[in-house]
Amino acid sequence: MAAAPQNTLAKETPQAEIEAYLAEQGQKGLLRFLTCGSVDDGKSTLIGRLLFDAKQIFEDQLSSLESDSKRFGTQGQNMDLALLVDGLAAEREQGITIDVAYRFFATDKRKFIVADTPGHEQYTRNMATGASTADLAIILVDARNGVVTQTRRHSHIVALLGIKQVVLAVNKMDLVAYEEDNFKAIVADYLAFAHSIGLENVTPIPLSALNGENVLNPSTAMPWYRGETLMIALETAELAVDHASGPARFPVQWVNRPDPGFRGYSGTLAAGRLRPGDEIVVLPAAKTSRIERIVTHGGDLEEAVAGDAVTLTLTDDIDVSRGGVIASVEGRPKTSDQFRVHLIWMQGEQLLPGRSYLLKSANQITPASVSELKYKININNQDHEAAKVLELNEIGICNISLSAPIAFEPYSKDRTLGSFILIDRLTNHTVAAGMINFGLRRATNIHWQSVAVDKQARAGQKHQRPSVLWFTGLSGSGKSTIANIVEQKLHAMNRHTYLLDGDNVRHGLNRDLGFTDADRVENIRRVGEVAKLMVDSGLMVQTAFISPFRAERRMVRDLMAEGEFLEIYVDTPLEVCEQRDPKGLYEKARAGEIKNFTGYDSPYEEPDLAELTINTVEQSAEQAADKIIEFLKERGYLEGNGNGA
Amino acid sequence: MKSSPHLHALEAEAIHIFREVAAECRKPVMLYSIGKDSSVLLHLAMKAFYPSIPPFPIMHVDTTWKFREMIEFRDKLAADLGMELIVHINQEGVDQGIGPFSHGSAVHTDVMKTQALKQALNRHGFDAAFGGARRDEEKSRAKERVISFRSDLHRWDPKNQRPELWNIYNTRINPGESIRVFPLSNWTELDIWQYIYQEQIPMVPLYFAAERPVVARNGTLIMVDDDRMPLEPGETPKLEMVRFRTLGCYPLTGAVRSQAATLPEIIQEMLLSTTSERQGRVIDQDSDASMERKKQEGYF
Repeated sequence: MAAAPQNTLAKETPQAEIEAYLAEQGQKGLLRFLTCGSVDDGKSTLIGRLLFDAKQIFEDQLSSLESDSKRFGTQGQNMDLALLVDGLAAEREQGITIDVAYRFFATDKRKFIVADTPGHEQYTRNMATGASTADLAIILVDARNGVVTQTRRHSHIVALLGIKQVVLAVNKMDLVAYEEDNFKAIVADYLAFAHSIGLENVTPIPLSALNGENVLNPSTAMPWYRGETLMIALETAELAVDHASGPARFPVQWVNRPDPGFRGYSGTLAAGRLRPGDEIVVLPAAKTSRIERIVTHGGDLEEAVAGDAVTLTLTDDIDVSRGGVIASVEGRPKTSDQFRVHLIWMQGEQLLPGRSYLLKSANQITPASVSELKYKININNQDHEAAKVLELNEIGICNISLSAPIAFEPYSKDRTLGSFILIDRLTNHTVAAGMINFGLRRATNIHWQSVAVDKQARAGQKHQRPSVLWFTGLSGSGKSTIANIVEQKLHAMNRHTYLLDGDNVRHGLNRDLGFTDADRVENIRRVGEVAKLMVDSGLMVQTAFISPFRAERRMVRDLMAEGEFLEIYVDTPLEVCEQRDPKGLYEKARAGEIKNFTGYDSPYEEPDLAELTINTVEQSAEQAADKIIEFLKERGYLEGNGNGA
Repeated sequence: MKSSPHLHALEAEAIHIFREVAAECRKPVMLYSIGKDSSVLLHLAMKAFYPSIPPFPIMHVDTTWKFREMIEFRDKLAADLGMELIVHINQEGVDQGIGPFSHGSAVHTDVMKTQALKQALNRHGFDAAFGGARRDEEKSRAKERVISFRSDLHRWDPKNQRPELWNIYNTRINPGESIRVFPLSNWTELDIWQYIYQEQIPMVPLYFAAERPVVARNGTLIMVDDDRMPLEPGETPKLEMVRFRTLGCYPLTGAVRSQAATLPEIIQEMLLSTTSERQGRVIDQDSDASMERKKQEGYF
């Protein structure tokens, strides 16, 4: 059982032969593929079999495999090839795959990087991670079970991520006596489904990873099958598409300034070709220039081709920063700040439309929120289902709105300019993978109207400093009462004020919203925008909303200029609020008459950024209001005389 | 030798990763172990930022038990490249006299390497650290992201890694947290050697076969690099033609008998080898999930 890695070298090869060998190795194509499918369909075993049959296992790995097989193996006294790839202790103990593992092997014809992805639904995001860089997908099906939910889910993600080539590996044929009818039925079932989601290039292969049938060696147990083995399918699959044709796209990654005399733009050419002298446009600013030099460590290039990591200099001294895209003038990409997109949601915490996330695409980060969740896709029957939120592993179609325009292409046309991730602003988790379908026309037609009288002019006329006092706290904590007194005091000081109260706003502007998490986010988003308009008009605004989530308070803070947003935490313990119960709401919540009540079955996230915290147990509302006025004076919010007095 | 399209793509990918982290992180550092992967990593960093010098220092966590030739090589290379070199030694460990012979490989590695690395990262406030690890090295490495998140205690949570889509890397962290960055994730050992050969990257001479004084201990050939190595009864250092497939602390790094004194000969030998490269490392043999456990604890 000598299993040295395959090679064709004799022991005494002269240097020239080694060079020839290396040159030949270097010219081999590289195929990246993934294995996916439901848990227990045998993905890890299949990869173990590929590595083993292709003689890619070292002796020391083989001996540790033998001892591992005895400890953790699921194959009795036989070697459990799955243990070659399941690398985490938890995986080996539980016999499952949690995260994607990357394996490397080569045959005489090709090099391969294979991503072995987990089958459990809860680890779907790790499967998507593996799929996002693959050129081909092997979708495994257990011959006994046929197409199951996870087969459909993974196929959907494969199709969404734009993988064109699929091998349907009907595995464990040994457990159905290598019956041809069984294979045919599964293939017919899968092909009908694959067609409906746009997967056209599917190669079905019956195999047994355990016994090595049709993996590397043609099966003797299934003489009825005359198609190719899995290895031949992998060796003849098309390699990654050539991006060198078409117009050039170069997202700027890093501005390269070693000294005042050199200003270059470092990045990787995502598509097309560039040569010195080429006319280019820098987006989204739409400034034009020409390529001066293509600089690399090994000397200047006469031409850069898609895939090259280079540094460009331009003939004109124009300002280009990270995230800008240098593109051919002909066939330049469009820019927009609103898109129709597909989202794969990857986090336990649900997607809430209106909540502000960070969108990272081609080297830039832009705040963004889902402005409308159109529908989610039922992965079993492709039905479009109405949805207010997206849960972990759900796929949704939505409109997304960015705080600034970016250059883009549809994902189907250009993966670099068409893909993005969403990042949670508080935890920094990657919460979604996104693919741009198209830019929304309304975004390109609605422009900012510039106005001659601005915020400063309006505030100046009132002789005051505009601001928002954002009161947050539990229901019954005293927000409205204190805000009311503060407004009276400010009014008495000749300030122009406005109090936005939670209950009052829900009678009008937000009467269509309920109290689910999604509606609470939208409620605060609207109030934030209204408060912003009022600050813009020069007012001192007070708002009294429970506003239970940090993310939304942060979002409103970010809408305002530095220093305009003052978060005031009315810190009253739940027991005290319950006792006061001014509106009788706690009693109803206790009786189960109100759902999603903050403090009961809906969370309140205490502020970590509050400018001021008010204790209402130790002081009266009047005293609290005085304290706030004092605070405003100290911080310079009450300078000037107020309204012309 | 003409550049291979495969190496060209790997090179471009690594450069992209370097630039992305340099652009987004506040204070990155490159961990430099003096070995072949580190040499390739450093070479790629020079390419990524040219004509600028890489906008971060390189740092070597020195256990004080490295081969002498490694230290000479390190100091000369940093000077030649004009990069800032930080050498960190766990002084508490030195004061306690921690060493592989007196305390065993596990304690030595933990104190002088794992703890020392955390000390150094905390002391300088680095938020991102480049390393030369490859996914083909070992099973738990095969699971690791290119951008690998570490908690404020430098822990890796393998069951809860961030998704990593396309080549869009999420480098965002909260204060105290950090990331490890592995630009060579998708390289294999053969790719590394092929690239060293193609680019003529300078290497520590220990990789090339020469006559060196060694003793055989527990089936491993240990080189007697200085007089701190206590010889057991019956042990006499013998001069043998040996070389090293990986480099670390000399008492923990096994040599292989070899005649390969040139790069092509090394590559040829590697192609004929029937054991994986990490086998020469004593620490990996402690237990079967030992690398994963060390990484969770903060070992690079």
